[in-house]
Amino acid sequence: MMRLPLFEFRAPRTLDEAARILDGQGPNTMPLAGGTDLLPNMKRRQQVPRTLMSLRYVEGLNQVQWSDSASRLGACLTLTDVAEDPRFRNGMTALSQAAALVATPHIRNMATLGGNLCLDTRCNYYDQNYEWRKAIDFCLKKDGTICWVAPGSRKCVAVSSTDTAPALIALGARVRLVSRSGEREVTLSELYNNDGINYIRRRPDEILVEVLLDSLHGWKSSYWKLRRRGSFDFPVLSVAAAARLSRQAVVEDARIVVGSAASRPLVADGASKFLLGRSLNSETIAEAAGLAARIAKPLDNTDFDMTWRKRVTAEFVTYALRELRGDDMHVERGSLTRHSFE
Amino acid sequence: MITLPVASQKTSHVRMTLNGEQVDVSFAPYKTLLEVLREDLGHTGTKHGCELGECGACAVLLDGKPVLSCLVLGVECDSRNVLTVEGLGLEGTLHPLQDAFADLGAAQCGYCTPAILVTAKSLLDQHPHATRDQIRAALSGVLCRCTGYLQIFEAVESAMVKIAQQNGSAR
Amino acid sequence: MPIQKDSPERPAKDSPASAGEFRVIGVPRRRVDARAKVTGQTRFADDIFLPRIAHCKLLRSPHPHARIRKIDTSRALAHPGVYLVLTGKDLPIEYGILPVSQDEQALCLDHVRHVGDPIAAVIAREELTAFEALDLIDVDYEILATISDPEEALATPEPRIHEYGEEGNIHKRVALEFGDVEKSFAEADEIFEDIFFYQGSTHLPIEQHAAVAIKDPEGKLTIWSSTQTPHYLHRALAKVLQMPPAHIRVSATPNGGGFGGKSDPFNHEIVVAKAALLLDRPVKICLTREEVFYCHRGRHPVLMKFKTGVKKDGAITGMHLQTLIDGGGYGSYGVASTFYTGALQTTTYHIPRYRFEGCRTFTNKPPCGPKRGHGTVQPRFGQEVQLDKIAEKLKIDPADLRLRIVESPNTVTANYLRLSTVNLSECIRRVVKTSDWKEKFRKLPEGRGVGLACSAYLTGAGLAIYWNKMPQSGVQLKLDRGGGVAIFCGATEIGQGSDDVLAGIVAEVLGIDTFDIRLFTGDTDLGPVDLGSYSSRVTIMAGNAALQAAERARELLAEAVAIRLEVPKERLRFAEKSVFDSAAPEKRVPFHEAVCLAEARFGTIGTVGSYTPPKSPALYKGGGVGPSPTYSYTAAVIEVAVNPLTGWITVPKIWIAHDIGRPLNPPLVRGQVEGSVYMGLGEALMEEQEFRRLPKKLSHALVHKFPSMLEYKSPTSLDMPEVVTELVEEPDPRGPFGAKEVGQGPLLPIMPAVANAVYDAIGVRIDEVPITPEKIVKALAEKRAGRDPRYGPSHFPHVDWPEALRVPPPWEGGDGNAVNDVPRHSKPRPEKEKVLSS
Ligand SMILES: Cc1cc2nc3c(=O)[nH]c(=O)nc-3n(C[C@H](O)[C@H](O)[C@H](O)COP(=O)(O)OP(=O)(O)OC[C@H]3O[C@@H](n4cnc5c(N)ncnc54)[C@H](O)[C@@H]3O)c2cc1C
Ligand code: SF4
Ligand code: FES
Ligand code: FES
Repeated sequence: MMRLPLFEFRAPRTLDEAARILDGQGPNTMPLAGGTDLLPNMKRRQQVPRTLMSLRYVEGLNQVQWSDSASRLGACLTLTDVAEDPRFRNGMTALSQAAALVATPHIRNMATLGGNLCLDTRCNYYDQNYEWRKAIDFCLKKDGTICWVAPGSRKCVAVSSTDTAPALIALGARVRLVSRSGEREVTLSELYNNDGINYIRRRPDEILVEVLLDSLHGWKSSYWKLRRRGSFDFPVLSVAAAARLSRQAVVEDARIVVGSAASRPLVADGASKFLLGRSLNSETIAEAAGLAARIAKPLDNTDFDMTWRKRVTAEFVTYALRELRGDDMHVERGSLTRHSFE
Repeated sequence: MITLPVASQKTSHVRMTLNGEQVDVSFAPYKTLLEVLREDLGHTGTKHGCELGECGACAVLLDGKPVLSCLVLGVECDSRNVLTVEGLGLEGTLHPLQDAFADLGAAQCGYCTPAILVTAKSLLDQHPHATRDQIRAALSGVLCRCTGYLQIFEAVESAMVKIAQQNGSAR
Repeated sequence: MPIQKDSPERPAKDSPASAGEFRVIGVPRRRVDARAKVTGQTRFADDIFLPRIAHCKLLRSPHPHARIRKIDTSRALAHPGVYLVLTGKDLPIEYGILPVSQDEQALCLDHVRHVGDPIAAVIAREELTAFEALDLIDVDYEILATISDPEEALATPEPRIHEYGEEGNIHKRVALEFGDVEKSFAEADEIFEDIFFYQGSTHLPIEQHAAVAIKDPEGKLTIWSSTQTPHYLHRALAKVLQMPPAHIRVSATPNGGGFGGKSDPFNHEIVVAKAALLLDRPVKICLTREEVFYCHRGRHPVLMKFKTGVKKDGAITGMHLQTLIDGGGYGSYGVASTFYTGALQTTTYHIPRYRFEGCRTFTNKPPCGPKRGHGTVQPRFGQEVQLDKIAEKLKIDPADLRLRIVESPNTVTANYLRLSTVNLSECIRRVVKTSDWKEKFRKLPEGRGVGLACSAYLTGAGLAIYWNKMPQSGVQLKLDRGGGVAIFCGATEIGQGSDDVLAGIVAEVLGIDTFDIRLFTGDTDLGPVDLGSYSSRVTIMAGNAALQAAERARELLAEAVAIRLEVPKERLRFAEKSVFDSAAPEKRVPFHEAVCLAEARFGTIGTVGSYTPPKSPALYKGGGVGPSPTYSYTAAVIEVAVNPLTGWITVPKIWIAHDIGRPLNPPLVRGQVEGSVYMGLGEALMEEQEFRRLPKKLSHALVHKFPSMLEYKSPTSLDMPEVVTELVEEPDPRGPFGAKEVGQGPLLPIMPAVANAVYDAIGVRIDEVPITPEKIVKALAEKRAGRDPRYGPSHFPHVDWPEALRVPPPWEGGDGNAVNDVPRHSKPRPEKEKVLSS
């Protein structure tokens, strides 16, 4: 049986208390939300915090506040909460779809939105037991000196594998971070670095408290995920697209995000701009898909062949845009993800 | 009031409701619910196949919802309600799901069975008329290497009919 | 047909039990162990907790190939909570499943052969302590060159991974020729040559291997283990621990899935046994998932080359098959696996002349061994895909082609396998009908297609793993005065329902309920030997032994009851928990009274039964692999949908028909079919035991790419298609009540049927498994470029094949011996065993 290493356990009741516990601790103290990322990592000795600080008992972290102008989603909402709540449809469909496609139903019952946004980057040289990593003499990200994916690289290229981040970036989300020294709001796309080790700009003493979304009135969004099986698997490529369409189906605003193709979700600015003022006909979609696919740089550290992942990116963008346009994508959904989102 | 134990103590202590019964248990603080159930509470019905969240064999119901006991800290179970396969039957009779699984070949080696059973129970509690697609989706978090799942789906469907009949006649 | 002394081999209709209709056999029934399973009470090995139990962890090699210069365990031993540290010196005797490859040590003494090879064991109060203490063992290694695949093994004779074998890093080379194959090619209208690759895969039982050993109160050893082969473990323990077998008890706990992965004696079992003896306290080990990948013994990766000659009408004139096999670091079942890659080609279609050459190499990876369909799955893939190509070229529907060439029942094949019932044609006709094949094949829109494939599999390996003249399975029955019946048998329950087979047969013969029966199985102290749950042997062998024991018991009871009721013994029937006069059913005694009457007359009622498979006509060296009392047959049609842009492939539906003989408990049979389909589909589409060789300039590392449940892709409930299962029933005279195997055969046609369906859908050939979107896209690119629309291996490396043993087929005057070897039987075979030739 894989066992956790020893740790101290803290269970604050208030945000203040939590912020105080994290203060000055650096990575030695880590917040524990659903634990579905952190605990496996600890069992594999990838992350060995001395103290775990549970967020479970901190008041107010699992609430949703709705208003006409904006909504606030508590960081400790579970992904099941998000996926099953019909209010997360229409404009926020991409978020709902992304949440519903994470891992398995059991994991979604435990996993939180905040944890999903803070998810460690992944690489199949790194997401391995201690003994396995010893057999390759470790790697840059943990205990080693070389990156086995790109041995010439000084930088780790582990993959951002969160499903909800690309969706939320496409929806223009911001996050609120709280620490002992104060709080700040960051645009979600600004939260990430394209670096497998320093992938997140959250300081270790900061707690991600909530996700903020402006009104998405008039928006439509869609999320597509590539994985081998109908459940369990992390995304190894994903596309989130959101657009505001005029009555004549002309694009007034759009954001396309490509996930799991780098150490952070990639915003496809070129493709998004290209769509402005155009209607979503086949030519426009093809052109935008080509532009968006260009930025994907998959490497050989996930499931599936990297050149093939690169190759199908445009196809995934096409699916997302066709769904925005209103095409019936049942068959493609069913065959790719085995989910139909009735 | 929950008194949360601290890991630096030699042992942790929680009080929870296990299969309808209040239990007090002491355990090494690094243990997950899976280890506490199996090693400290003698409830070996809950199985494990990876301890990393990748197989689903360790599923139990925590406050009514299926979760993976290998990824829940024991210390976070204070005051909570846990249901395992040992708690499925009622007073000496099998739960209709258990009957159906036994009769319809839904348990071959039986190793995934406890996890699948509690997961199916939670589904039927919420959706007494679940469709085949809902069953497929709900069970997609537990791997079964023996059956190919089809007899499991049929057993869930058969139990669903029986439960509906029982509820009908109870009224 | 030979009548063996101890094998109740007679047509099922002669069996008095089947005089009327059956009450247990063939009736859908709750299996005997179902209640335990659905209540979580089945006690798997890791569910055993004993007072004072200690936990064991193994230190494993981080190097693929190295010599151990020195091990220092002192720091680990000094660690608080550690009781004992063992190294190779403590268990130096070599063992292995096959007598010809005793090449494993429980803890490597001086040579490690793959990442994960165990070197030392720490036994501590807590598992966590044992794990942490592993890091305190200091090992000094001398790194040796890494050998990562068969081609590299052929090219790199030194350093040798083992000091035995053919030469260099070649473990085993075999060559057999049944008739002049070159001549058969000269007679052919068309010759087809194809190279295929079958990737390795692993069993992935959800239960990780676990074992608990104790020094029992008398001072002897007892071990409970998740093993499919308690008898072979018993022998290995006696050998390595140098203890009398009589002082060792092996109890196989119900396996949480096996599929062949728990059929070898394992290092961890031997280690905990030794530790328990030394510490005089219970010692447990439960492997992590990663360690299960290191035990492996799974499907061998096989490169194969088929050359087949056919007539215009599809008749095969001859076949030449070569296989190159990646064995991994140890022998395991490998010698048998090597023969199996060439054994069953002749059992499905008539092949008048056949040549087979196989070569297994050692490589620095976890050892391969038997996985569901042992060794026959890979060449079956090649053969069935090639047949699809042949049908295409000859412009014959692939179903019709197969129907023309299906081998006849009661035949001896070119390589001297004796077939009994053969219902492959009926299987083909059934799937053609249920799938609406004629309306679909080459008629579905672009991107959708159907494929068909067939297979055969053993119903039990004809020979034991070590040579002996004893039965392969034994059963004892004890009948008590209350009407209860206890069955004692070594057979091992791995989920397939072996306990239910025994109970069902005994209940049917004695006219009682399976609930009246108590089973004591899989325990070397309690029951007579059964060789284990492998090669689909339990139903036929333990089943026939149970049938014989039950019939002997019934005989005793009948004699006593006949006197009491004053009716002729022959008129008595056993049913409804009574024994009664079939002519006057009101004349009856309850079953328990029948037992008392018999006990009063004969003393305590206990009977035995045993089973020895019929002798095989294959007398040549290597002829021990392949013979079976009878073979099961399967046909499958699979529909696929392939996206022509992305290559994404899905399987919406599968139709399968299996020649079962007779289903003993129908839902269990269906479960075995669907479970096989499931596992086959995983192999066809996504499962891979894949390794990663780090850049040679920077590292010698060769690691399993992803030893985890997450990255080793076992299909989920959302990935399982609809399956239409048909059972073809013609009771086989050799099976108990006519039953044949079902646990493995239905897996075999799945992979080739998927490959053939992909071709029907988009016109590309994927000549290897798994069939992935990436490969499909590459093949489509070839097609667009006007090249061979195919993805697969293109060359078969040079192997120095030995001179073939030449065995003329039965129809060319052969007697089962090789003409260029010493004959095995100097005298002609006895009359009753005369070979039937077609
Ligand atoms: C088998 C398996 C499959 C998976 N598949 C997917 C998948 O398909 N897609 C996917 O996106 N994920 C997947 N995951 C990963 C994981 O389950 C999810 O990402 C989940 O949402 C993580 O949330 P959590 O609450 O469990 O995080 P935790 O494990 O509790 O935390 C994750 C990280 O975030 C930090 N953290 C958590 N909450 C906060 C907060 N509020 N403020 C600051 N820091 C915080 C923690 O310190 C930790 O570093 C999978 C996991 C497993 C085991
Ligand atoms: S990308 Fe390179 S450094 Fe980063 S985890 Fe993978 S191997 Fe290690
Ligand atoms: S044991 Fe595999 S998911 Fe918990
Ligand atoms: S019944 Fe064996 S794993 Fe499901």
